[in-house]
Amino acid sequence: MTNNLTPLQIFLADDDEDDRIFFSEAIEDIRMKNKLTLFNNGKDLMDYLLDSDASLPDILFLDLNMPYKNGLECLKEIRADNRFKDVSIAIYSTSSSEEDIENTFIEGANIYIKKPNDFSELKKVIKGVFQMNWQFHISGLNKETFFFSI
Amino acid sequence: MRFYINYDVNIACRVILQEQLELLNIKYKLLPLGGFEISSTVSKEKFNALKENLGRYAINIVDNQRKHLFQQIKETIVEIIFDKDKFPNTNISYYLSEKFNLSYGHLASVFSEYTYTTIENFIIIQKIEKVKKLIIEEKLNMTEISYELNYSSVAHLSSQFKKVTGLTPTVFKRIVEKRKQLID
Repeated sequence: MTNNLTPLQIFLADDDEDDRIFFSEAIEDIRMKNKLTLFNNGKDLMDYLLDSDASLPDILFLDLNMPYKNGLECLKEIRADNRFKDVSIAIYSTSSSEEDIENTFIEGANIYIKKPNDFSELKKVIKGVFQMNWQFHISGLNKETFFFSI
Repeated sequence: MRFYINYDVNIACRVILQEQLELLNIKYKLLPLGGFEISSTVSKEKFNALKENLGRYAINIVDNQRKHLFQQIKETIVEIIFDKDKFPNTNISYYLSEKFNLSYGHLASVFSEYTYTTIENFIIIQKIEKVKKLIIEEKLNMTEISYELNYSSVAHLSSQFKKVTGLTPTVFKRIVEKRKQLID
């Protein structure tokens, strides 16, 4: 892609090691500059974020089923704090139930991703998320209606 | 023995520029005031190589013109989609090409240089953004919205909406309403 864009800061919180590796490899293969930080569960993520000096991600990928603190709890806490208003939240889950999708959007998620099993599909999905998030910022899309399922 | 040179910076830079362009086999036209024109078909790799080679002489290519053009393309698209009176009857690519008096290929290449996306995709997302706005306003029904934004049918509008958002317009509307309730 281009040199005119600053690298995207990406966070992923997922308790499944295989999924984290899978995601890291996919994101590395994408020709869009980014920096990925991994968290093993929701509690580690929130501990990090609640430190006031923490550098914040552009996009946070959040698994729903995690021990200690699950994705929905993290989502609610993050959306209750104005400090994180510019962070886009992408739910990254094995569930594709309509109810989960609707619920997370209502709670303030911006993106819902059903975890793909296929590597190239995952790359395509991440790329789609980056593009959409970029467009959201560059052309000032309405924040209240910025949510999509992919 | 000690020597000194005297030189004309402008000539020196122009010669270096010419040499580097020729080295990379790029066809060019020199313009006044340090300007030069190359075809938009020159690959990004070559252009980057040129930038790098010139950088060794501390010569920088100022490509703000391209950035400026990108901004104008972007603004024009948003304007024609959100301003009712400006929505063209012809297709948007033709409209852009006429307006800027440049080939669509050139516009497309400048656009993707500064973005993660294409003009076509940008237009689709802006149109869906307008659809979202109209759905929430509740002044128009889906048939009227599809007419307003030049969709051939409600089915076409709904399928593009679903493709971009992953949601049907009905589910979308329900989520927006529930979100509002939660905040209130």
